[in-house]
Order: sequence, then C-alpha cells, then structure tokens
Amino acid sequence: MLNIIWLGLIISAIIISLFNGTTDAVVLSITSAAQQAVTIAIGLIGIMALWLGIMRIAEDAGLIKLIGRLLTPIMKALFPSVPADHPAMGSMTLNIAANMLGLGNAATPFGLRAMEQLAKLNPHPKIATNAMCTFLAINTSSVQLIPTTAIAILAANGDMHPTRIIFPALIATCCSTIAAIFAVKFFEKLPLYREKASHELIATE
Amino acid sequence: MNLSQLSNLISNVLLLSLIGGIPLLAAARKVNVFESFVTGAKEGFEIAIKIIPYLVGFLVAISMFRAAGGFDFLSKIFAPLLTSIGFPTELLPIALIRPFSGSASNSLLADIAHTYGGDSFLAHAAATMMGSTETTFYVVMVYFGAVGISRTRHAIPAGLIADFVGLVAAIVVTRWFYG
Repeated sequence: MLNIIWLGLIISAIIISLFNGTTDAVVLSITSAAQQAVTIAIGLIGIMALWLGIMRIAEDAGLIKLIGRLLTPIMKALFPSVPADHPAMGSMTLNIAANMLGLGNAATPFGLRAMEQLAKLNPHPKIATNAMCTFLAINTSSVQLIPTTAIAILAANGDMHPTRIIFPALIATCCSTIAAIFAVKFFEKLPLYREKASHELIATE
Repeated sequence: MNLSQLSNLISNVLLLSLIGGIPLLAAARKVNVFESFVTGAKEGFEIAIKIIPYLVGFLVAISMFRAAGGFDFLSKIFAPLLTSIGFPTELLPIALIRPFSGSASNSLLADIAHTYGGDSFLAHAAATMMGSTETTFYVVMVYFGAVGISRTRHAIPAGLIADFVGLVAAIVVTRWFYG
C-alpha cells in the first residue's frame, strides 16, 4: 500500500506537471521538501528527548503501569492481543491522552515509543499487527477535544466567538473515532487484510 | 477572561504539572530522576533520527504532487461526486489535502476564513473538519516507518474511513448548529 501511494504521488506529479507546465515548481519542491523533512526531524529531537525522558521517569516510578491499570478495561477491549501489563499499553494510553488534550508535541514521542513496544510483540517484523492498526486508526481519527489551532485561525479572521466550534467539533470527532474503531475491527477480519493472509503472502515471496 | 484564554491556561497548567509533577512523584518514590530522564531522552534522540528517511521520502512525494497542481486536479475529479451529496465545493481542497499535510490544510483554513470571514458557515465547517480529521498518511508513514513496517494492512483504509466520516460529520453538525 505504501509503495503504491508513494510511487503514485511521484509519477502522477510528474505527469500532471507536464500538462500544467509546472515542472519548474515541482523540481524546486523536491530539494526544499527534502531539506524541510530534516528540519522537522531535527526540531523533533529536542521534544522527543524531553518527553521520553519525562516518560522514563514516570515509568521508573511505576506511574505508567498505574495509568495503564486504571484504563485496563477499555484498552483490553481495544487491544486484545497486547498483555494488559505490557509497557505498550502505558505508552498508547499516554499518546491518546496527550492527543485528546491537544498536546501534539507530547503525543508523537509517546506514539512512536508505543509503536516500538508493539513491534516487540510482532512475530513478523515487516507486517503490521492488529494492535498497531487499531492504534493508528485511533490516532488518525483525531481524538482532540479542543481544536486550538483552528480556533486561533478563526479568531484571527474576525470571528468574535471562535470557541463556538468546540461542541460541534467534539461531536464530529467522536463520530470519526467511533467510525475508525468499527472500521479497523471490521477490516481486520476481512480475508484481504487478515493477519494470517499477510503472513502467507510474505512466505510465498 | 474569554474561553480561548482559559483553554490556553488549562493547557499550560497541564503541561507544567506533567513536567513538574512526574519527577516530583518519582523522587518521592526514590527514583534517581535525572538518570532516568537521560536514559529516556537518549531513546528519544534515536527515534527522531530513525524517522528522517521516512519523512524525506514522504514529504518529497507530497510536495511534488502539490507543486504540480495535483490537489487542484483531484478537486476537479471529485467535485461532481461530492457536490451531488451536498458537500460544499469551496471545502473540497482542504478536505483532500487534510490527510496528507497538516500545515497545508491549516493554511487553506486560514484562506477560507480570510475569504469568507471567520464567522461564516464555510469557515466554521472547515475549522470543525480540522478538528475531526487527521493527517492520516503522514501518521501512518512516520509511525510505521519508525518500526520498519512495510505491510500496513488495513491501517490506511480504516484511517481514511475515519477521515471521511469526520468530514461529513463536520459539515452535517455545522449545518445543524447554523440552522
């Protein structure tokens, strides 16, 4: 899937640019995007180091396990293949909590750490597990309770009451998260996406 | 104090209580806090470096597509389909670019709010959309990239369904609140 999307974007960009006469812009965008990617990652180093440092302290103090235990019933239902006391549960809980509170800077480090811990439970390192897909689906459905950036943009453009969108946005984001959970749980049972089917694919390659 | 100042204050308090509270609690439980911090921070450094190749690959492809005018092209293709279900055409570009890029969709939101006014239906619907959808492709690429997954199985379809439901819900709910 990643291969198709990646190749598709590049090839269609080239074809469209030939029709639109935008080849100059496309060529310029290549180098600037490559540089921008490194700038983003370098900027992330400090934030990642800070939050994973704080998280390690919380872990050594047994706080992560505690949080994990509090939310065990929900997390167990969402991630049945992950043992309840596994460190991945704590990281995923923290990631989802940080996302809900709009602390995007803290959410990414927790999320990436959770993926590393989920990878340790993965018998087939290149194939995503059900737990990984569920975790990502929740992440990509946006669980943010207050869309702060959007509110700021509305306010900057003359909206006197931009916080009016909080309630509608909350309803909409609940819809998308529920849809994500249903979709991911439904898809994981389809023959096309079943864990076993993917394993066989790798074996025959 | 208005609501946006209040929500800012709440975020600040949350952040500071995490950064101050966690080490304090840990110290009370006799954890060697600074040593723990450094051990964790080292790991953060490694993860940030590890995702660079994935970020480069993803951002280059997206920027090429965007610079070529690919999103305008997609808008033209999807316009008839989406307008037939009552989706406002003005919101099409932002809906299409949202799964790929957070900064690009934020600048489109600013554009819509500037053109139609911050208190217009379109600006509110777009802002609500930003709150109910996420940069799906970006998250999938970076999160899976960090752990070397190449077979993403159903993560992308599920994420896109969530985005679609988020988009439609945003329009419906905004209309409802405006009506």
